[in-house]
Amino acid sequence: MNDDSFGRITGDPNAAPRLTTKMTARGVNVFYGEKQAIKDVSIDVTQEHVTAFIGPSGCGKSTFLRTLNRMNDTVASARVEGEITLDGENIYSSSMDVVQLRARVGMVFQKPNPFPKSIYENVAYGPRIHGLASSKATMDQVVEKSLRRAGLWDEVKDRLHDSGTALSGGQQQRLCIARAIAVDPEVILMDEPCSALDPIATAKIEELIHELRGRYAIVIVTHNMQQAARVSQRTAFFHLGTLVEYGDTSEIFTNPRETRTKDYITGRYG
Amino acid sequence: MNSRIPNPVAQLDMPGAAESAVRRPTDWKSGAMQSRVRRRYAAERRFRFLGLTAVLLSVAFLTFLLVTMIGNGIRGFTRTEIRLPIDFPASTLILDPAALRGPEADRALAGADLEGVAAAAADTAFGQGGNRLLSDGAWIAVRQAIKADPSILGRKADIWVPASTGIDLAAKSEAAAADEAAHARLEQAGAVRTGLNLGFLTAADSTDPTLVGIWGALKGSLLTMVVTLLLAFPIGVLSALYLEEYAPRNRWTDLIEVSINNLAAVPSIIFGLLGLAVFLNFMHLPRSAPVVGGLTLALMTMPVIVIAGRNAIKSVPPSIRDAALGIGASRVQVVFHHVLPLALPGILTGTIIGMARALGETAPLLMIGMRAFISSPPSGLTEPATVLPVQIFLWSDEVNRGFVEKTSAAIVVLLLFLLAMNGLAIYLRNKFETRW
Repeated sequence: MNDDSFGRITGDPNAAPRLTTKMTARGVNVFYGEKQAIKDVSIDVTQEHVTAFIGPSGCGKSTFLRTLNRMNDTVASARVEGEITLDGENIYSSSMDVVQLRARVGMVFQKPNPFPKSIYENVAYGPRIHGLASSKATMDQVVEKSLRRAGLWDEVKDRLHDSGTALSGGQQQRLCIARAIAVDPEVILMDEPCSALDPIATAKIEELIHELRGRYAIVIVTHNMQQAARVSQRTAFFHLGTLVEYGDTSEIFTNPRETRTKDYITGRYG
Repeated sequence: MNSRIPNPVAQLDMPGAAESAVRRPTDWKSGAMQSRVRRRYAAERRFRFLGLTAVLLSVAFLTFLLVTMIGNGIRGFTRTEIRLPIDFPASTLILDPAALRGPEADRALAGADLEGVAAAAADTAFGQGGNRLLSDGAWIAVRQAIKADPSILGRKADIWVPASTGIDLAAKSEAAAADEAAHARLEQAGAVRTGLNLGFLTAADSTDPTLVGIWGALKGSLLTMVVTLLLAFPIGVLSALYLEEYAPRNRWTDLIEVSINNLAAVPSIIFGLLGLAVFLNFMHLPRSAPVVGGLTLALMTMPVIVIAGRNAIKSVPPSIRDAALGIGASRVQVVFHHVLPLALPGILTGTIIGMARALGETAPLLMIGMRAFISSPPSGLTEPATVLPVQIFLWSDEVNRGFVEKTSAAIVVLLLFLLAMNGLAIYLRNKFETRW
């Protein structure tokens, strides 16, 4: 790990002294078999901000996102080097329980993937397996609170026992967000959550991200640069597995330091 | 083919040259196009015709099979009965009616010479040799009549008793001339009728076709299937789950996969020999028993369940696993809360197909002795038994012509059993199927 180079990328640490760092990555390399997908990435994720990962297809931004809650463990050939911490604790150490980690670092996927069960069961599943609700009444409250936070309650409160897969695409994605926040995570990772949605549903999700900011540290991967500019405060630009530039979103979009960032943002490639 | 000198015309046809030239609009109405369209339509029509012919042909074969089987088999469920007048007070029967009203009734009846009484009554009623018109089991009907109403011992009574095979055949189709004549005489006297053969559904094998029943083989089949299901289903499903969800992809799992696929294709007689060597000769389990049959058939059914199960598990979308892992479900929870319920319809369909194949299997069971002549239904898993297909095989080998219709009737029972199993499979699939 190289603190000097990291300082250069994140900018002056004194600029925002009130921020709490939720997750840090130092010198992370990810390999799929022989192929290196992520090269020496160091980054901080702050509690108060929405962090956006942008970059052309295949640049490794989704791969890096999945290392943050160890979803890459399910890929047999994947190997992660370096250090990633959550509240200062290394998530790849043997003392970290991966099941608890994924409850603390929730994930929303590219394609809405509700369970083929009722809306209620979709949201209640996480709290149930983690034993977060002791009674039916508590569970009802957890479900309602999660659906309200995901902005879905008013649309589904009369049909909680209908199938979650019968909802529209945008509603399904908000149901997946409700499912993720039902276990009360600390960080929410979103992997291109709007890429399968129409503009109206996208706007609703973006609005929701705004509302959830501050309560949860949010990391969002997106292909859509306007979306990154709209929803995030910090932006990281990935290219060919490396982190090219990481800084305040306004900086990245108006005054990028690196030529590659500038070229990408102005649509030269990607 | 001959020139290496650049040809100016050929150069014009090269891609670069063609691109620069103005492309002529496609003529969709040209003769070549029209004939291409006609050929396409002809191909469509040809394919539809061939497909329809194939379907009709298979439906015709199935109908033929069912009509012949049911046409022949239905006669196996009926029997010809003869009215036998017995004058009990005049007979040689020594029976105390009082003894018939208690727990001693069966013993008292067993001691009485009912066979002799019935034979004598037949000779009296139908002349010398009348005894041969009756089934060997005619006295059983007499015994039942006495048990039902002991008061008939004090008078003359008419009892309907099963006819012999010859009379039975004469009544249903054609038989030897003597039997036809005897049947005609009986019919004229109004002493013959056709009744439902309840005995066929409650009895087991016998040497007399008028006395045989299917229940012994049916019960043997049921017990064998239970053992097969209890062994093959859990082992097969757990293997499939482990191989799909847990096992690392390497040379060993490839080897296991190839072995399982080969196991599913091994001829069933080999499994029979394996069962004979392992379960009978090595483990000394009882011969001809449903438990051994079930074990042997489980060996055969398990690979089918593993293959069907793996395919069903593979078809569960990976996004569901991601979703569950993403909110912190453990791998066991992912498998048992999400993957297994979604794969269950496919697994059940595969299981029932495997079970149906096991139900119809004869060869491996011959090897472990389930072809023995068993005249009483098995009362447990270790009792000697036979199964439906073996019973069909045995009856079809009989010389006595009375067994022909019994064989068909047994086939009808086997087909009904299969139909019930497939119906169950469809019901379960629809019940557990998830609508996406």
